[in-house]
Amino acid sequence: MSILVGNDTRLLVQGITGREGSFHTQQMVEYGTNVVAGVTPGKAGQEVHGVPVFNTVEDAVRETGANASVIYVPARFSVDAIYEAVDNGIEVVVCITEGVPVNDMVPVYHHVKQKGAVLIGPNCPGVTSPGQAKVGIIPGFIHEPGRVGVVSRSGTLTYEVVDALTKAGLGQSTVVGIGGDPIIGTSFTDVLEMFQNDPDTDAIVMIGEIGGDDEERAAAFIKENVTKPMAGFIAGRTAPEGKRMGHAGAIISGGAGTAQGKIEALEAAGVAVASRMSEIPALLQAKMNA
Amino acid sequence: MNVHEYQAAELLAKHGVPVNPGKVATTPDEAEQIAREFGGTVVVKAQVHTGGRGKAGGVKVVKSPEEARSAAEAILGMDIKGHTVNKVLVAQGADIAREFYLSIVMNRPARKIMVMASAEGGVEIETVAEESPEKIVQRDADPMVGLRDYQAKEVAFALGLEPTLVNGFGKIVHQLYETFIEEDATLVEINPLIITGAGEWQALDAKMSFDDNALYRKPEIEALRDMAEENETEIEAKQSGISFVKLDGNIGCIVNGAGLSMATLDAVQLAGGEPANFLDVGGGANEEQVTKAFNLVLADPNVKAILINIYGGITRGDVVARGIVAAMKNVDVKVPLVVRLSGTNAEEGKALLAEQGITAGDSMDEAAAQVVAAAGK
Repeated sequence: MSILVGNDTRLLVQGITGREGSFHTQQMVEYGTNVVAGVTPGKAGQEVHGVPVFNTVEDAVRETGANASVIYVPARFSVDAIYEAVDNGIEVVVCITEGVPVNDMVPVYHHVKQKGAVLIGPNCPGVTSPGQAKVGIIPGFIHEPGRVGVVSRSGTLTYEVVDALTKAGLGQSTVVGIGGDPIIGTSFTDVLEMFQNDPDTDAIVMIGEIGGDDEERAAAFIKENVTKPMAGFIAGRTAPEGKRMGHAGAIISGGAGTAQGKIEALEAAGVAVASRMSEIPALLQAKMNA
Repeated sequence: MNVHEYQAAELLAKHGVPVNPGKVATTPDEAEQIAREFGGTVVVKAQVHTGGRGKAGGVKVVKSPEEARSAAEAILGMDIKGHTVNKVLVAQGADIAREFYLSIVMNRPARKIMVMASAEGGVEIETVAEESPEKIVQRDADPMVGLRDYQAKEVAFALGLEPTLVNGFGKIVHQLYETFIEEDATLVEINPLIITGAGEWQALDAKMSFDDNALYRKPEIEALRDMAEENETEIEAKQSGISFVKLDGNIGCIVNGAGLSMATLDAVQLAGGEPANFLDVGGGANEEQVTKAFNLVLADPNVKAILINIYGGITRGDVVARGIVAAMKNVDVKVPLVVRLSGTNAEEGKALLAEQGITAGDSMDEAAAQVVAAAGK
């Protein structure tokens, strides 16, 4: 078992003929992901790395039974791509695209919930269940199948921590990059709940950053509901107020969203928070042995 | 992106909001002229992208055109929190009976757009939130149907408005919401929104912020950008797909990824140093991007050493290393350079760098310690 994606994932790639879509389709296929279809309007009949291309998600789902999708289309078309996916019964939609206007995310966020689907992202690196399926852009080789769940807002920090865990002999059940935008489909709390309920996840690593209060909300959830050992890290201790640090959602405003506040909340909830990324595997191991 | 008060006021007026009349002046002469046109009391207000103008002496109430002139003389050129005042708004004096706060903003946890109001007009909303949160009234707009009339009424009654004022207030709430949606704003704020002695509603101030990601479809908003208010280096970086934020330290940082960039600055500080900047090279650390990054970082004379921190995911370490080597031929890097290279093909990358006499390590903590030591020399 794993969460979100796994051996039963039948993946559809939206924007498969683009540069990013095509490159990552190859990476995902090579990793062993069951990529069943691609969509690019007007390109039906083509093949990309052996994957058949359709004009619409409707056609792709009917012909291939796709149940998950990953979106590589440009920002101005991404929101429509999310609607198209969930309206055609796709259960898990992973939107990699960066730069989606935040106000456009409001109605689609609620639409996805209403449809009972799960949206990961936008502006995220994707989801990998090591040894089963890699959906997105996380490099496959850093993973090792195992029993640690990883959830992170940042792409590169996901790679860093997964690499460090693998090198320390701690394999992963599923790695989820939830994305760096102010409005994302799935929050830390949502993923923590999935990991808590996943019998194949024994421990959890959570990588947060400045901005918003998703980490504080997660801390409140952890305190009440998460019994599995947890380690974490919060990026942006040195970030100045009022400046966006790369990610659209990474901004401290009106004194809210600071790293310090998030670290304190997580520590109070029993999470071992590292001050250096490199300390995470040892901290987690200590929690697991305790 | 932020705009000036006078620009926000024009946008609100476009959507029907009754705005306090005012005109922009860039010289004391113009300020005097505008004051003469209005007659009577006017307010001369510094136009800068920062709060706290009043406390800094950037807002003056004056009673004659001559006084308006001297007020403009004093305010133009003034430095308010690092922002130089190049323009003043000369606004007609208002007869204030009551003041309110009203804004439309994203309720991030609810993933909904909300209206926020308080009867504590003229006070910063953060202060009200801290000192008397019960005085803030808020209602979320339904993402599918928008803001309803009854919600605006609920807000009005919660603020203690008399029934005769409720409809007028509700109209402004709707106009503000419409402005937020149609202009792709992330904040629309009136503080204070007043009732005049004659019982009329008027916006005495206006503040708007916009979503950078939506500017592609709003060229008329992009045109409102005041380059004098922007950090030149940050704009230059953005045009190259690089995220750059200037900081006050002396250690230049070049990193791939926003999260890793933040973590790198944290590591530098934990090692006892102070970062000079946040820099995410964005799509691939190739020769072109690294060259631009070097130029951006070295434009800051405070920089005493540079830390390059790359985790090769999809981007391969050997490609990054070639990019660094080529960029160093384009740019004269006179300060010490510390490289940390990890991930895909990191070993090949390190070997390529070693040929050029650049040592690259594997550990972010060690690299941070090294660069701090190098900057201290």
